[in-house]
Amino acid sequence: MDVVVCLKQVPARDAALRLSPAGNWIETFDASPEMNEPDAYALEEALRLKERHGGSVTAFSAGPPEAASVLREALAKGADAAVLIEGEGLEQADPLRTARLLAAGIRRKPFDLVLTGLQSDDAGFGQTGVVLAELLDVPHAAIVVEIAAEGDRLTVKQELEAGWFQKVEMTAPALLTIQSGINKVRYATLMGIKKARTKPLERIPAAELGVSVEPAQKIAKLYAPQKSKQTQMLTGSAKEQAEALVEKLRFEARVL
Amino acid sequence: MSVVVVIELQDGAIVPMSWEALVAGGTAADALGESLIAVALGSDLTAIEAQLSAKPVSEVVLLEHPLLERYTADGYVAALASAFAELKPKLALFPHTYQVRDFGPKLAARMGRAFVSDAVGLGVEDGRPVFVRQMFQGKFQADVTVEGEGTVFASIQSGSFRADVLVDGPASPLRRLDVALSADQIRTKPLERFRETAGAVDLSSAERIVSVGRGIKDPENLPLVEKLAAALGAEVAASRPICDNGWLPLERQVGSSGQTVAPKLYLALGISGAIQHVVGMKGSKTIVAVNKDASAPIFEIADYGIVGDLFEVAPALIEALERSS
Ligand SMILES: Cc1cc2nc3c(=O)[nH]c(=O)nc-3n(C[C@H](O)[C@H](O)[C@H](O)COP(=O)(O)OP(=O)(O)OC[C@H]3O[C@@H](n4cnc5c(N)ncnc54)[C@H](O)[C@@H]3O)c2cc1C
Ligand SMILES: Nc1ncnc2c1ncn2[C@@H]1O[C@H](COP(=O)(O)O)[C@@H](O)[C@H]1O
Repeated sequence: MDVVVCLKQVPARDAALRLSPAGNWIETFDASPEMNEPDAYALEEALRLKERHGGSVTAFSAGPPEAASVLREALAKGADAAVLIEGEGLEQADPLRTARLLAAGIRRKPFDLVLTGLQSDDAGFGQTGVVLAELLDVPHAAIVVEIAAEGDRLTVKQELEAGWFQKVEMTAPALLTIQSGINKVRYATLMGIKKARTKPLERIPAAELGVSVEPAQKIAKLYAPQKSKQTQMLTGSAKEQAEALVEKLRFEARVL
Repeated sequence: MSVVVVIELQDGAIVPMSWEALVAGGTAADALGESLIAVALGSDLTAIEAQLSAKPVSEVVLLEHPLLERYTADGYVAALASAFAELKPKLALFPHTYQVRDFGPKLAARMGRAFVSDAVGLGVEDGRPVFVRQMFQGKFQADVTVEGEGTVFASIQSGSFRADVLVDGPASPLRRLDVALSADQIRTKPLERFRETAGAVDLSSAERIVSVGRGIKDPENLPLVEKLAAALGAEVAASRPICDNGWLPLERQVGSSGQTVAPKLYLALGISGAIQHVVGMKGSKTIVAVNKDASAPIFEIADYGIVGDLFEVAPALIEALERSS
């Protein structure tokens, strides 16, 4: 089974983020980039499918030159090849444009399965995979928590709201968006990291793919969210904070 | 032109979040000076006709076809794309449900359009919809506009608009549009929906909840949380990553894919406050957040906030509770 997996580089979850001077994105250079969390699960799932059914794993990312580091990580964990669709500012692209770029890159070779994360930690569109399926003209399922493959028949388990699930069948080639927690993600071994140096990492300038650069949706302004509640912040040492809280919960909120 | 709101059905009943999307649609239709149309899909929609047409809409449009009996992305996208080609909506809104996540962006892409997902606000400026959505895990909010000519697509997050302002009135006109659909267009086969081992703990009836997030770092630290919960007479709950890691059972997960709770006291320890967590607990009477990051979004909905290290604050709380009891 030839699996393509789409990986986005995003700011680390606990990075302190600051607004960029333009006011419509963050300062990216200090955001200690890492692989988008659900994408790490998608990659792990791709590697397991290859181990079970043979074939290959190719990792794709669209992003600035630095995004190559998530692809190197994928190669170190066992992906066979990687492709970076490269362009400054691509981390800010709207999902339609990103999906068009990824589709143009992925279409160049036959594949059986495309895996993406269900959602990016930075933009949080939750749709690039679904749009990509439409552009590649393959069936898909979103928010997948289990994959079973038999030949080209796929049976996947989709997560629904409030603890419900549903199984869905389809025939490869197909696209699945992967939910966090579907598996236990492996670490790269030293051996893997060494081997990765000999594996192909292709860079395609985004401009060569003939995809429109006109944004389909635009962030007019980014800002700190407004508080919906009057929050009482308790200050002092941990002991003082704790004592103040117990006092307030008992006599002000009356919930103890 | 019009504002269209797509109503979601589950087992023949209207999913409540649809009403919130309808309220959002009504607000936008007023501001844009457009009519409001509710659209529903299914194999036979007679049972919900009256319920829909009593709503303050200018028209109800029904898309019926045997192949729409069960939801499939292919079936829904084909049916809605042809209906939209006829209705030419200026704005099309959807509730931000799992089903919409599965087909909404695909529908927009088929029509060459953007899809604004998960909007928590919607206004109109210079005759154009402007959406508010969260980004960067809720640390920032963005005003988003859609470019170019054609339908503007968006989904509305639950709790962003109040459904209780909808009042039933005289029946609005009802129209059925022809749906051309063939079995070979539908490439996925949905099987039965199911639930895994029905939750043994019912957090929805708990009076007090201590909820733990990734700030706890390691499962070995969980006894600290359990001890605090015991001191408060509270149930232990968690954010998703804690259950994903198997540190606590799935039935203790709070949020859009877990349980919805509304206790008297919800104490969040080391939880950032992502929207999918918050929708499951924001109805709590008193919310306390303990987080070492003063800019964590959980503080936006907290009544009491402690910026600090939970490994210092939790033991101090246990001590303070023991002393004052
Ligand atoms: C479709 C979908 C469904 C989802 N469903 C759910 C759901 O039902 N429930 C849910 O919870 N999530 C759900 N999520 C995931 C959600 O988006 C977040 O990823 C998740 O809630 C984050 O969990 P967290 O706050 O524990 O972790 P993080 O976001 O990593 O936050 C950890 C927090 O701990 C703080 N911290 C770290 N160390 C300390 C310390 N020593 N002392 C104090 N604070 C500390 C950090 O500052 C940070 O704010 C869903 C996501 C998607 C896309
Ligand atoms: N620039 C990108 N490069 C590679 N994959 C991406 C990119 N943007 C989004 N994706 C994939 O699409 C998924 C959903 O992203 P989003 O639609 O931004 O929430 C991510 O989890 C990735 O797998």
